[in-house]
Amino acid sequence: MDLIGATAVARGWRLWEPIARHRALAVMLFIAVLPWVTPYQALATNILIYGLFAAGFNLLYGYLGLLSFGHAALFGGGAYACGIAIVRFGLPWYAGLALGTLGGMAISLLIGALATRTRGIYFAMITLAFAQSLYYLAYQAQGWTGGENGLRGVNVRRVELFFLPLDFTDPVARYWLMAALVGLALLALSRILNSPLGAVIEAVRENEARARACGYDVAATRLMTFVLSGGFAGLAGALQALELSTVSIETLDYATSGLVVMMTLLGGAGTFFGPFVGAAVFALIQDVFSLWTVHWQLLAGAIFMLFVLFLPRGIWGYLLEWSEQRQATQSS
Amino acid sequence: MERTEAGDAVILRTEAVSRRFGNFVAVRRVTAEFRRRALTSIIGPNGAGKTTYFNLLSGALRPSQGRIILERRDITGTPQQRLVRLGIARSYQITSLFPQLSALENVRVALQALTRSRYNFWTPRARLAGLAERAAELLELTGLYHRRHRPAAALAHGEQRALEIAVALAGAPRLLLLDEPTAGMSPEETREMMRLIVGLAERHTVILVEHKMKLVMGISARVMVLHHGELVAEGTPEEIRRDRLVRRVYLGQREH
Ligand SMILES: Nc1ncnc2c1ncn2[C@@H]1O[C@H](COP(=O)(O)OP(=O)(O)OP(=O)(O)O)[C@@H](O)[C@H]1O
Ligand SMILES: [Mg+2]
Repeated sequence: MDLIGATAVARGWRLWEPIARHRALAVMLFIAVLPWVTPYQALATNILIYGLFAAGFNLLYGYLGLLSFGHAALFGGGAYACGIAIVRFGLPWYAGLALGTLGGMAISLLIGALATRTRGIYFAMITLAFAQSLYYLAYQAQGWTGGENGLRGVNVRRVELFFLPLDFTDPVARYWLMAALVGLALLALSRILNSPLGAVIEAVRENEARARACGYDVAATRLMTFVLSGGFAGLAGALQALELSTVSIETLDYATSGLVVMMTLLGGAGTFFGPFVGAAVFALIQDVFSLWTVHWQLLAGAIFMLFVLFLPRGIWGYLLEWSEQRQATQSS
Repeated sequence: MERTEAGDAVILRTEAVSRRFGNFVAVRRVTAEFRRRALTSIIGPNGAGKTTYFNLLSGALRPSQGRIILERRDITGTPQQRLVRLGIARSYQITSLFPQLSALENVRVALQALTRSRYNFWTPRARLAGLAERAAELLELTGLYHRRHRPAAALAHGEQRALEIAVALAGAPRLLLLDEPTAGMSPEETREMMRLIVGLAERHTVILVEHKMKLVMGISARVMVLHHGELVAEGTPEEIRRDRLVRRVYLGQREH
């Protein structure tokens, strides 16, 4: 068992093993302490949402090895699906979340049907092009999406949770509800990584030709992974729609696609915990630096570059590597 | 060739298969039969087209012309992942494993490919009945059991070659294609590998590509010689040894 997600990757960790075995629980614990360590609560919610988004992206990039530059389409698509369900159809909040998740999956099925025949730069470009088309579509379809003003009025006031009424306008109650939902999503993600499909995903990343020779359909594996990844991204988008009571057109912007790539790399691609670490660090950088200077993005960019140059495996990836080496030297 | 008589003894047949790369013909009109439960070796100098021919047999490449028939079924152009399910498995001349996965997981994943739940995304993989045990057996057979928890990348070269075979065997293949399994091995490792192959040939139909002629003469039932993409000779090792053309084009080049 290990945090790279592969029970099969043969590495002898002792220190990390308990965390690794209960990786979803460990992340939930992290989520639980988050609101107390962040300067204010909205930041914690932000980390929660982007952490889930990045975890979904990581399934595709870190575990399967496909770099998508169009994940905004899945995140924003989920946000709009949820928002439209609530604003235009008056559906309840849980239907909004379900439709957001399904929306993310449907869009990735559409994009994936074409894009998963390719890989590398071609895959990145096709996903980017699709995401840009969706941006344009949302921009034009004002009647549905509110166009450039965004979709307003995604208001949820009360939430009946197993007959327990919850005041959704109370940020603390909202945080716990969202934390619980993200926790469930992470359990599902952990289960996927542990499943037979999880083994295939790693096999395809490790050696595509070999996976094919074993009898796996590589294109189908890519498509399934992309759709699952889209589900997590879509749910994250839907949660954001509920959190902000509005869906802005920026959720579909390519900057959002870039953001999730950066968060994942910063935290450690291909590790279970990494995306959350990346989302947290990124949110903190933004929060702290934007107080100092309006040019905070310049600083964030510089920090990101330093990380890519000197910690290519990301923060969490580096910690894992370090503890692994320490144990190797101790046991030898 | 008399089909009726050969019918059951022949597992695989190629009929005038060719493969070109642009203007270059890597395999030219090769017509051949492979007998069930026998070890057939394909020899030939570097660049003779042996690997390309294997790629055609295993479905990794489509023939430009000709037909391939597995038992009475035309499998020309069938994609590789379907052929695996029909019982054709192969190892690669250049080691092709899942480097970061353990030896055990390499074989387990290959076994999983043949189960119905191969793409199941919900059940824990450890619950797929018997796969890990079967994988352990195959590692035992190929002498890698004590190394089962090591990542494939951390194995010695000879061990990796043996793991290749364990992975190929995972498909419970009716036809096992081995492309130069001894490539880059020490004489000691080579002897070990040859022993393993002879053992396998007792239970499987094995087609072995090798360019060192000496290695295969003692163990093969039939030998085929490829040269410049053409099948220039085919017969028992004894016949091949006596063949004038073979001596000239092949022995003359390689074993002086
Ligand atoms: N994908 C390809 N594109 C172009 N030419 C190719 C391709 N694959 C093989 N060839 C050419 O076809 C010829 C036969 O190659 P092949 O690999 O089949 O030979 P081989 O008999 O396996 O040789 P070796 O003993 O070196 O493994 C070579 O000249 C090679 O350069
Ligand atoms: Mg070859």
